[in-house]
Amino acid sequence: MSGRGLFAKQVVTAVDGVSISVKKGETLGLVGQSGSGKTTLARTVVKLARPQSGSVLFKGKNVFDQRRNEAKAYRRQVQMIFQDPYESLNPRATVERAIEEPLVIHRLAGNSSSRKDRTLNLIRMVGLNPEAVSKKYPHELSGGERQRTSIARALAVTPELLLADEPVSMLDVSIRIGIIDLLKELKRELDLTVVFITHDLGVARYFCDRIAVMFKGKLIEVAATEELLRHPSDPYTRQLLESVPDPAKSAREKFSSIQKG
Amino acid sequence: MPLVDVKGLCIDYKLQNGYLRAVDNVSFQIDEGEVLGLAGESGSGKSTIAHSILKILPRSTRVSGSILIDGTEVVQMDDRTARAYRWKVVSLVPQGSMNAFDPVITIGSQIVESIRIHSKVDKADAWRRTRELFSLVGIPEGRAKGYPHEFSGGMKQRAAIAMALSLNPKLVILDEPTTALDVVVQRQVLGLLAKLRRELGISFLFVTHDLSVLSEIATKVAVMYAGRLAEISNSEAMFASPKHPYSRALIHAIPTLSGDLSLVKSIPGVPANVLSLPSGCKFHPRCPSAFDRCMKEEPRLLQMDDGSSVACHLFDRGRKDGRE
Repeated sequence: MSGRGLFAKQVVTAVDGVSISVKKGETLGLVGQSGSGKTTLARTVVKLARPQSGSVLFKGKNVFDQRRNEAKAYRRQVQMIFQDPYESLNPRATVERAIEEPLVIHRLAGNSSSRKDRTLNLIRMVGLNPEAVSKKYPHELSGGERQRTSIARALAVTPELLLADEPVSMLDVSIRIGIIDLLKELKRELDLTVVFITHDLGVARYFCDRIAVMFKGKLIEVAATEELLRHPSDPYTRQLLESVPDPAKSAREKFSSIQKG
Repeated sequence: MPLVDVKGLCIDYKLQNGYLRAVDNVSFQIDEGEVLGLAGESGSGKSTIAHSILKILPRSTRVSGSILIDGTEVVQMDDRTARAYRWKVVSLVPQGSMNAFDPVITIGSQIVESIRIHSKVDKADAWRRTRELFSLVGIPEGRAKGYPHEFSGGMKQRAAIAMALSLNPKLVILDEPTTALDVVVQRQVLGLLAKLRRELGISFLFVTHDLSVLSEIATKVAVMYAGRLAEISNSEAMFASPKHPYSRALIHAIPTLSGDLSLVKSIPGVPANVLSLPSGCKFHPRCPSAFDRCMKEEPRLLQMDDGSSVACHLFDRGRKDGRE
């Protein structure tokens, strides 16, 4: 693009020549520093961004040349959970309404009473008590409750692929694993495929079958989780792994090495 | 004499109808060159403690107990003295400090301004000092004339640290300094802090909700729960053998790269709400080892043989008096 000035277009390549496949039923971790392109990649998969070139195949078919009804079905089959449930939930919709809404849009549960039953079941499924939360607004919920609500909303339409973009990084450390355990359990019960975006390699190790490392828009390395952690083949992956604080190693050993470094 | 000596600190925030105790009977010390990590969930009172040391709590707040910094009592200090003490003796790298710079003024000018407000130096000297600080925190001196948007997140954090160091304070309080950074940049900032501690002998109070970061930098760790100290130990003891069930649970709530994943477990329930605290030990509703006494009686901080202190009834069995 040419031209200078305040409104001149500048092109930034956020994701560059990435090819990766996700198998049905697996949990793929997408890790990398901020700005590495992991969120852009996920947004492209859910069609919130359009690639300049290349394609995204879902069950063998390019999602960017779907017919209208295919596109609508795709929007049901693939769901995304965002980092900040405060910003991704409508502040003026109660928990019940937030979860019911996608059922209405996709015409998934016939009459209003079966829809209500299904909504209450979803609330229970994510470990919340319908009596306590269904009439509450997002600001009345704790961070963990809010994130559970967005999970219920995403799962309301029985998706096949779930993209979770840093779903626990805004939460207190003490409740993060609770949310990950919930995702693990739901994945098993609902036979989901999950793409989990995170910069926290510890959490990725806990949750993911395979890990893909991104750096400056490029895919650096993909391997089974323990294999990647034990034998990283790329120097960048090694640097990333070495940067992770590890309380499991002796604090003193770490401390003296940082002192020298 | 320790640099920081906090004894029996209680802090109450004023509400519409009465007071809310945010910090209850907290005592700790920080020696020169030491890094105390203050860890806890949101609402545990850790930032309130940091703000009380800096004397930047709202005027309506009630503070009792004692905070001695380098031998000077801070709790009763008047505003005038506090203004001179702040920044020169104790400075702050605030939470979200990366976004704390004015976007339309160069970072260097902002540091020069803060130097000149607090000490009588001319502009040229202040600029000299600013360039010195930039090289100390590892930013090329030439970047002093840069605007905040020209700096990356890690560089802005370094600049905020440079600003906090501008008047040679003895203690720097860091409030969640690495939370917004990714791990590679976080590692660099931790390396910088270790270097400053080693080269300048500065003490740090490092406030965070992320215990794993403290394993990298803290010499001593204090774990807070609902405004109270749950445990305070030197770093090795805390990570090798945490005593309080809450410290243990917090450490096990973090999956690490080398640890045993089968031990990873979330803490049930939700962080304590200081507006409606349970009876007895405030952690008992979430505690896997709670017994009758925990519901009735609040545990006192017990001194252990290895120098750590724990507020838990499990460690009080067969002990006649728990010293405070």
